[in-house]
Amino acid sequence: MTIRRTRVVATAVLAAVALTLGACAEDTGTGTDAGSGGNPSGTIKEGLKVTFLPKQVNNPYFDTSDNQGGKPAVEEFKGQYAQTGPSEASPSAQVSYINTLSQQGTDVIIIAANDQDAVCGSLTEAKAAGAKVVTYDSDTKPECRDAFVNQATSEGIAQSQLKLISDAVGPEGGEIAILSATANATNQNAWIELMKTELAKPEYSKLKLVATVYGDDQDEKSFQEAQGLLSKYPNLKGIISPTTVGVAAAARYLSGSSYKGKVQLTGLGTPNQMREYVKDGTVKAFALWNPADLGYLAAYTGAALASGIITGKEGEKFTAGKLGEFTLGANGEVLLGDPFEFNASNIDQFNF
Amino acid sequence: MATDTLVDPARTAEAAPPAWRRLLGSWDAILILALLVVVLVASATIEGVGSPRFYRFLVLEAIPIALIALPMTLVIITGEIDLSVASTVGLTCSVLGQLWYLGVTSLPVLIVLSLLLGAMLGAVNGVFITVFGLPSLAVTIGTLALYRGLAYVVLGDRAIADYPQAWTQNAVAPIPGTVIPWFVLVLAALAVVFGVLLYATPIGRSLYAIGNNADASTFAGVSVLRTKFWLFVATGAMAALAGVFWTFRFASARADNATGLELAVVAAVLLGGVSIFGGRGGLVGVLAAVALLGVLRNSLQLADVPANALTIVTGTLLILSVVGPNVVRMTRDRLRRRRPLTTALERTSS
Repeated sequence: MTIRRTRVVATAVLAAVALTLGACAEDTGTGTDAGSGGNPSGTIKEGLKVTFLPKQVNNPYFDTSDNQGGKPAVEEFKGQYAQTGPSEASPSAQVSYINTLSQQGTDVIIIAANDQDAVCGSLTEAKAAGAKVVTYDSDTKPECRDAFVNQATSEGIAQSQLKLISDAVGPEGGEIAILSATANATNQNAWIELMKTELAKPEYSKLKLVATVYGDDQDEKSFQEAQGLLSKYPNLKGIISPTTVGVAAAARYLSGSSYKGKVQLTGLGTPNQMREYVKDGTVKAFALWNPADLGYLAAYTGAALASGIITGKEGEKFTAGKLGEFTLGANGEVLLGDPFEFNASNIDQFNF
Repeated sequence: MATDTLVDPARTAEAAPPAWRRLLGSWDAILILALLVVVLVASATIEGVGSPRFYRFLVLEAIPIALIALPMTLVIITGEIDLSVASTVGLTCSVLGQLWYLGVTSLPVLIVLSLLLGAMLGAVNGVFITVFGLPSLAVTIGTLALYRGLAYVVLGDRAIADYPQAWTQNAVAPIPGTVIPWFVLVLAALAVVFGVLLYATPIGRSLYAIGNNADASTFAGVSVLRTKFWLFVATGAMAALAGVFWTFRFASARADNATGLELAVVAAVLLGGVSIFGGRGGLVGVLAAVALLGVLRNSLQLADVPANALTIVTGTLLILSVVGPNVVRMTRDRLRRRRPLTTALERTSS
């Protein structure tokens, strides 16, 4: 009987906790709207809390964009910088971090979305709590954020990737494959679609896309997928990996294998990760924008929104520190610029 | 309980320790106390903890874990385990999304079909475990991979996200006048159902018997295999319900939905004091553990503890959850040994 009594008491205490939780009042946090239009002559407020929420933390690409781009920008306009996020690139994990930020009363959330839909609900709640939401690297549905900082147009990326692999493989062409990140990454899928469109052009008639595989932006998985591609397609001539984790893993595999120099590799990579493979001949050239500039621009875009300088409408202008003036395009898009090509002749000028 | 008659009732009552001391010794009580302490300390020291919004998000995150933890508690009490639950969630989400995509627009039909699918997936586990007599650990590791694979077959790399806004908003809508999601009422009702089943029916008592000694239970007339089979069916159905909630909460059906959720569920059940070897534990402790893990995680996130440190905290808690109840039990046994009169009775009833 005493055991049952213990249970009854325990249940009662738990019920009391539940009641306390349930009795919580309605939330009072409502957004302060900046008004109908932007104020181009305004200045950036001081003390803005700007938090970067990358797809995952401990990812060198996002560490560069956030810590080497976003942080200096936030320091320039005297705000409070932070970076937070899940350790694995999953949309549901990201949602709990967005929720955390809206509870902390963050002024600007700068997020690279793991899923364009799954984070929408919580971003909308964050906006209702007064935060300005800027997406970078990977967008959400336009209605879920205030602005999107686009690193490069998808067309520009697809064109540059195909030109690089075509140049590397040579005029005879052959089979090529794509090593992507996660199967549902918005930007990756857009690029892959456009690469397929690009492939249909006559100048690429000798290139044949035989497979698209997913390394989930994990080093080991990408490594194994690269390995798998070569064992499955013995005639493979080239791999495009439009993700920094994937291209570095594939380069590491190729450089240690008998395929080095025979199977060409290009993609989107960072100079520090790719330097040794460019120098040892595994990779002839690869492309990227400067992620630090991307983070820098995203921070200024968020600050301009939070200060009422822009509201997200097409045609509004703002100044992003050292990068100069930018104009918002359709759907609140801000374009950083064209992709940049790294090769043996210029790679030593970069350190990120 | 047969030993009761051997001891003079008056003497037992006199020798039994006072209620407060019993309470202190119970793992359930320790968990609830820990929950209260963590809530109070975190509310006082971390900005944002304890706000209405904090509880709203906490409940939203805990619902899928708690839904699956209810049947999982019963499964683990019988000495079995189901590791395929997260993949069942993923497959249910995928099929639900695909059905919607193919033109099934009735919400009740979608929900019923999802629950049936979940029950069927659970039944597959049940058949392998009870009919073919295979160990549940091996079977459900197999179906963990199989169901996730099927989810990718159904949906591939697509995400189905264009549900009516009313559905996705209703999924997370608060109880009028509060910010707490109404779905917690569904969870509460199901918790009561499972609680009654476990604590107030012969079936519930037979679960402990099965976990302690399946052979002896069979001889005592308990239909061990049938009980286990239906537990796996119930687990599948509850995982499917979690899948329905997941799909509308995130407005996104993807093949990789809820990857890794099985570990969160098993962690909560074990921390809740259910013995991994079966035969011990209950729902009160498990629900307290779900809440405790959620509060800890969300509070640490609000305190800007990085994600890597969070996994270390969860891992440490898991170890504690295995060691903790054992230490409590050993301490209690040692305390009892000082009162030789009641020793025999206490041992058999604990």
